[in-house]
Amino acid sequence: MSREKLVVIGNGMAPGRMLEELFEKAPGLYDVTIFNAEPRVNYDRIMLSPVLSGEKAYEDIIIHGDDWYRDHGVTLHRGARVSGIDRVAKTVTAENGITVSYDRLVIATGSLPFIIPVPGHQLPGVLAYRDLDDVEKMLDIAKNKGKAIVIGAGLLGLEAAYGLKRQGMDVTVVHLMPTIMERQLDPAAAYLLEKALTERGINIITKADTKAILGTTRVEGVELKDGRILDGDMVVMAVGIRPASALAKEAGVAVNRGIVVDDGMMTSDPSIYALGECAEHRGTCYGLVAPLYESARVLADRLCGGSGEYGGSVVNTKLKVTGINLFSAGDFAEGDDREEIVLRDATAGVYKRLVLKNDRIIGAVLYGETADGPWYFDLMKRSVPVTEMRDTLIFGQSYQGGTTLDPRAAVAALPAEAEICGCNGVCKGKIVDTISAKGLTTLDDVRAHTKASASCGSCTGLVEQLMSITLGDAFNPHAVKPMCGCTDLGHSDVRRLIMAKQLKTIPAVMQELEWKTSCGCAKCRPALNYYLVCDWPDEYADDYQSRFINERVHANIQKDGTYSVVPRMWGGMTSSSELRAIADVVDKFEIPAVKVTGGQRIDMLGIRKEDLPAVWADLGKAGFVSGQAYAKGLRTVKTCVGTDWCRFGTQDSTGLGIRIEKFMWGSWTPAKLKMGVSGCPRNCAEATCKDIGVICVDSGFEIHFAGAAGLDIKGTEVLGLVKTEDEALEYIVALTQMYREQGHYLERIYKWAKRTGLDEIRRQIMTDTEKRQGYYERFVLSQKVAQVDPWSERVSGKDKHEFKPMSELKLEAAE
Amino acid sequence: MNTHMKSWFDVGSISDIPRRGARCVKTGTMTVAVFRTADDKVFALEDKCPHRNGPLSQGIVHDGCVTCPLHNWVISLETGRAQGADEGATLSFPVRLEGIASSCR
Repeated sequence: MSREKLVVIGNGMAPGRMLEELFEKAPGLYDVTIFNAEPRVNYDRIMLSPVLSGEKAYEDIIIHGDDWYRDHGVTLHRGARVSGIDRVAKTVTAENGITVSYDRLVIATGSLPFIIPVPGHQLPGVLAYRDLDDVEKMLDIAKNKGKAIVIGAGLLGLEAAYGLKRQGMDVTVVHLMPTIMERQLDPAAAYLLEKALTERGINIITKADTKAILGTTRVEGVELKDGRILDGDMVVMAVGIRPASALAKEAGVAVNRGIVVDDGMMTSDPSIYALGECAEHRGTCYGLVAPLYESARVLADRLCGGSGEYGGSVVNTKLKVTGINLFSAGDFAEGDDREEIVLRDATAGVYKRLVLKNDRIIGAVLYGETADGPWYFDLMKRSVPVTEMRDTLIFGQSYQGGTTLDPRAAVAALPAEAEICGCNGVCKGKIVDTISAKGLTTLDDVRAHTKASASCGSCTGLVEQLMSITLGDAFNPHAVKPMCGCTDLGHSDVRRLIMAKQLKTIPAVMQELEWKTSCGCAKCRPALNYYLVCDWPDEYADDYQSRFINERVHANIQKDGTYSVVPRMWGGMTSSSELRAIADVVDKFEIPAVKVTGGQRIDMLGIRKEDLPAVWADLGKAGFVSGQAYAKGLRTVKTCVGTDWCRFGTQDSTGLGIRIEKFMWGSWTPAKLKMGVSGCPRNCAEATCKDIGVICVDSGFEIHFAGAAGLDIKGTEVLGLVKTEDEALEYIVALTQMYREQGHYLERIYKWAKRTGLDEIRRQIMTDTEKRQGYYERFVLSQKVAQVDPWSERVSGKDKHEFKPMSELKLEAAE
Repeated sequence: MNTHMKSWFDVGSISDIPRRGARCVKTGTMTVAVFRTADDKVFALEDKCPHRNGPLSQGIVHDGCVTCPLHNWVISLETGRAQGADEGATLSFPVRLEGIASSCR
């Protein structure tokens, strides 16, 4: 029997979660097709603000990578906006002409930003803040710094303002109401927040009604109704959203404000469901992720025959602005039937307000000190009478029952059903049980298995405390992640911040990223030096004192303190004159050992450091340059003899190998980079266990990557097939540059590829022409500086001090 | 080792040593590594890691320590002692800066 067809319109977080639940409950039940108007996979929209502020990158906020769609057999049509639903034929048609039939249809079209129709609202430079495209447009304008005006001081507007400020823009927020975030905050908390934001350099104007957006060819400013004129190079409208329900309405599905659904998320058509911000349930349209995930769970249950019901949600809010702690939940308007408990500490900047009705918490606003937010929220959702603890309620959970002030006590005291992760609806019991059952020890594992703290991340602290309570001392929240003991930041964070903050020297990185040591250590300094060499090739001065000795003296240190020297033999080809020169050098310097390496060249071992420049001088006269056998950089390109000699060869593999090596030598990479080119699939150059390999075939060149033949053994993955040698070179160079820009120091290409996702790499190199060319051009630029033979430099006197003792004392030994 | 030298020896100028680096001084019986830190302090150790005799002069200098290039032991420049969980010490020598010349005994 063929499977039922499930079609989903929209690829946001709600349908993503719904499918996850569905695949877990009933894998393979449906043949699933998704239409996504955006040209990308499902990513975490809550985290757009950290992307805007530069604290995270797009890659960090992907929820479902390409692998996920493939593994679950989901057909994803990217960049395909659905233009019509035919309910009689049961088909969906996209603007690009694709028509797919469905047995069941889920409409998850989300919401549209509300753009105030004032004069000038269509000018270029007027932006909404809904998706990654908006963020990219903002970042593009923010490159020139300048002035930004944000209309609307709600959650999104303030996060946008903070992000743009972090990008160096001069930001003004205009807000119609007398206080900011009035839907989530009472005036007192709003005042504290406004003050904190103003201290961060964000200008806030309340009671400001926009009259017009000014400008002729693009935005130049905003005019307010009171006559004030504000200059601006960008206007972000963040005044609200409305459900995207037009598609459903045209198809004749019942629509009010949103698409009307029942408690089973079903629309007026029993084959059609609506989910997410486009849906209206019991008169409410939700815009926060927690209720949408709750309803996603119900829909997944319904789709596999269950009878789950969604009863609506109580929501809470946190603002994601670094350094500002703000929590708000429920209803906090004043009223005759309500009482309130307020705590203020002006010096510490703390404000807490609880609103009670019938002895139960119905609303909470916390500013400055939000650790008890989840506890209040739990009491509120479970409608627990608070009579007995009323006197100490405002001081928080740790004051109940005389428990100590251990910060973990509050979390330890939470009941198993208390919700920890609001975004994903994960309760304490599930986290604790999963940690024990699966033996989880890292935060990433807990995120992967339970989803707790995997969306906005604001409950990360709580999850870490639960891990600490469950695992005891075995849990180290910082295990593995930091680069080294000098910082709490991981490699990815450091690399991103180097770019975001334009840090161009090691002291600048250490200062700005708050290094804990005065001059780093042997782990972080070489890593930072590489990142800066890679990111600012024409500006950064390589710091040799931060390089490992091999890269400092351009030879390989051996166990007895002598060195080995390996000259380049391009593509493994050599000649009688080269061999003669090597023989002469070996004799002249009495080099004790000569060995043929696995990379098709010759290694001379046991050379005294003082002799190195003279050895290089002789080798240089014979035309040799450094083989960089010591470098975290391009090592060898191993080749077979190809069409020159071999009766099976399909292409000139030797020629291509030499061409690649001559083009790429001298480049520094996160870890060593070894390549191979085989002239036919018999693969005599063993290209399929290299970092990057090429297998020549009749129709062209199959590019491989991510192999390993060291501590780990792993065959390569195929990047793709190209037709010409020129293309092969371009694609390989682009791949290398992508790895150079993203790899962690000492991370071989196969580990980087695993972390990044093979499909994402294939997409950027094989199909995204613009990206590929960008990588290629940046590599070429970097080579202008990098491609200098270090041996000939040292023969001409560079770093002389490295090779000579400072002095030799003529002493008489005392014995 | 019982090489008790009685006097100070001039081994060179501080400017001969790169900041966060080292130079060697050969005495005929041993090699001494003379280190210069980021804040221009100068230390002298026998150029031999207590672990497997790695040449400490070739290591990366950070704060008051050097990391041996062979197996990453971290040695205190002041005391010559291995840091962290490792145990062992290398010989250290007093150093005196006179004007711009550095001496070691």
